[in-house]
Amino acid sequence: MPLYINEDQTMLRDTARDFIADSAPVKHMRALRDANDQTGFSRDLWKSFAEMGFTGILIGEDQGGLGLGHVEAGVVLEEIGRNLSPSPFLATAVAAVEALKGTAQATKYFSGIVAGETVAALAIDEQAKFRDSVALKAERSGNGFKLTGKKQFVSHGHVADLIIVAARTAGSADDENGVTLFAVDKGAAGLSAEAERLADSSLAARLEFDGVEVTADAVIGEVDAGRDPLNRLLRAGRTGASAELLGVGGGAMDMTVEYLKQRKQFGVLIGTFQALQHRAAHLYSEMEVARAATLRAAQMLDTGSDRADEAVSVAKAQAGLATMLAVQEGVQMFGGIGMTDEFDIGFYMKRQRVLAEMFGDANFHADKIARNAGY
Amino acid sequence: MTDLDTFRADTRTWLEANCPAEMREPVRSDKDAVWGGRDQSMLTPAQKEWMDKMGARGWTVPDWPKEYGGGGLSPAETKILREEMQRIRARNPLNSFGISMLGPALLKYGTEEQKLDHLPKIARGEIRWCQGYSEPGAGSDLAGLQTSAEDKGDHYLVNGQKVWTSYANYADWIFCLVRTDKSVKQAGISFVLFDMASEGVSTKPILLISGYSPFCETFFDNVKVPKENLVYEENKGWDVAKYLLGHEREMISGMGLGSAGGNPLLDGAKKTIGTADDGTLADPLLRAQIALFEVRAKAFNAMSEKFIDDLKAGKAHPAQPSMMKYYGTELNKSRHELMMAAGGSDALEWESERSTNGAGPRAWLRTKANSIEGGTSEVQLNIISKRILELPDK
Ligand SMILES: Cc1cc2nc3c(=O)[nH]c(=O)nc-3n(C[C@H](O)[C@H](O)[C@H](O)COP(=O)(O)OP(=O)(O)OC[C@H]3O[C@@H](n4cnc5c(N)ncnc54)[C@H](O)[C@@H]3O)c2cc1C
Repeated sequence: MPLYINEDQTMLRDTARDFIADSAPVKHMRALRDANDQTGFSRDLWKSFAEMGFTGILIGEDQGGLGLGHVEAGVVLEEIGRNLSPSPFLATAVAAVEALKGTAQATKYFSGIVAGETVAALAIDEQAKFRDSVALKAERSGNGFKLTGKKQFVSHGHVADLIIVAARTAGSADDENGVTLFAVDKGAAGLSAEAERLADSSLAARLEFDGVEVTADAVIGEVDAGRDPLNRLLRAGRTGASAELLGVGGGAMDMTVEYLKQRKQFGVLIGTFQALQHRAAHLYSEMEVARAATLRAAQMLDTGSDRADEAVSVAKAQAGLATMLAVQEGVQMFGGIGMTDEFDIGFYMKRQRVLAEMFGDANFHADKIARNAGY
Repeated sequence: MTDLDTFRADTRTWLEANCPAEMREPVRSDKDAVWGGRDQSMLTPAQKEWMDKMGARGWTVPDWPKEYGGGGLSPAETKILREEMQRIRARNPLNSFGISMLGPALLKYGTEEQKLDHLPKIARGEIRWCQGYSEPGAGSDLAGLQTSAEDKGDHYLVNGQKVWTSYANYADWIFCLVRTDKSVKQAGISFVLFDMASEGVSTKPILLISGYSPFCETFFDNVKVPKENLVYEENKGWDVAKYLLGHEREMISGMGLGSAGGNPLLDGAKKTIGTADDGTLADPLLRAQIALFEVRAKAFNAMSEKFIDDLKAGKAHPAQPSMMKYYGTELNKSRHELMMAAGGSDALEWESERSTNGAGPRAWLRTKANSIEGGTSEVQLNIISKRILELPDK
């Protein structure tokens, strides 16, 4: 597979670009924030994502979806990133769908996801920094399980219809085995959610599971073998987050380059200053490299390559680093105006920070690469 | 089996049977690489055997047309050949400025006679070329060059001086930029070829910080260059020069992609620093630097693949080689800085046998030129900002 998007994917990108820029531009996000909206995204918008078919992008055609791959999901996510559109797309249509794929729950949830009725949240983080350890306990109780523990950084966790929970059914927190993934429905007794607005204006919840009872058929895949669906979820989530980051970084870079062509100081356009030109050119190079790495990861997921994990970590780390540079250079090159709330560039900086942290930051993934290489 | 499967199987068999064992070891130094040329005493028997066998099949330049000494392979077949060579860690049979720079320029701008005359000799490693671009007063500002070529009817009379001419003292022929019109800058330059054995050509090596002297000052004193050695048209040499520079930048950008096998950076660090109980490098800060470097190197690797795919499909921006050159060379420099840090005092030995004659530190110093030769990093950034980002000129 050549490392560029093909004609069909380009068409999809153009469609997504127009649709998202039209229905969910940055001012959509700004309006939700200004109205102190308590959902964190627009249900109506999510419905129109469904009408476009986007919600079922990774779901097979036999189950009502588009039957496309991670490259296509990335194409849509990049446009979401470019417009800073708040939506449950990454968690629901990408990560949750991958976790459920091929399990008994797929039949139960996919139609709601395709219809834009079901929103999913991922309860996988227990600390402020992402780690592979899972401590939240799931003990056998009657025919089912009883869940006890805490999760945090759960986007849309307070409003989600479906919560995917990583729990420990055997062993201790850092063990590879003994993890089980559960599909928990909204309103389960003993589950409380405290939503907090994050720096980027999105809402994420801290969840508390106080003996939440679930039946045995809430298990995603097999008991004690939850690492399989969890790893699917993470691979897809990381690749998708990388693509969304590309949109955030690319959007910030484009705004900045445009500004360099308009803003005059000392009687000349600031874009004529070589000190700024070189920094812009360096930024462009970092973004292109991140773009290649992200596309490679998505293609490897789609072909089922056994080198996909490494490619995914490379993508998440590089996309995190390159877009961090993009937003920082953006704010700096806009000068004072870049520090104002009225101007959009700051929103890009805030969104980048959240996405960079999600599913493990650059250091986490560099460490993973090092360990896999044996050092 | 598809045709490509058959091609792969045949290639694998042929390589196994024909690649000498010595040519399956990583290249140890600049001197260990094969450049070809009239002076065959520069080659070891294994180097010569490998170059000749590959040259006979046209596989030193697999994707050039057969009539010019190439292998006539399709892009897919070329890729398979590369993969199969990598699989057995086979070295490049031949590196040369003829292959990576002059060849592509002649294929595009040369006459049929010029192609038939020069390309097969490049493919078989018979003639070694050097590049006469830079002059003492014209480095980054290459078009400011002064070496003159006076029209004498059937020939040009060339006078002037070049500098930084890599391997001019070993080269058989030179591709050279000369001024045929003094009244204009870019539009007064022509691109000529001539034999370094011509009367009036002399060279003087320049010693580098790495202790080697691959460079020369090159002097031309009334050198007669036959008119048929003009490539493309008189005063249009700048077009050829720029096209060739694109290929030079492409070649240089690939140098940072690491060796065919193993990870010398990591091996070095493990040896000098050791590992903690959990198997991680005992110096956590260096470990973190290496790991973050690996992220960038692997990401750039994807970019390199993408770049080739983009080129083949005609999707690459014409200034894209500048980005590749800039990123690849800066990355390669940081790799060698880390290798020196990982090697500690062992990596400082300059002449000992243990250090294979200081190959490490010499390579480290050599990489510092990566961001200078073929156009400096600053010049590449200028090109990216003007041509890709379209930032304004003063
Ligand atoms: C290992 C090596 C091999 C080489 N091989 C060859 C060869 O085979 N043939 C050949 O012809 N030449 C060769 N060169 C020469 C090489 O192309 C030049 O050294 C290079 O183009 C830079 O020119 P310069 O050395 O004159 O530096 P200068 O042009 O004098 O540059 C000095 C400094 O000023 C900066 N600078 C200059 N202009 C600008 C600008 N507009 N904006 C910002 N910064 C600027 C440069 O980036 C650099 O940092 C080789 C060089 C090296 C190091």
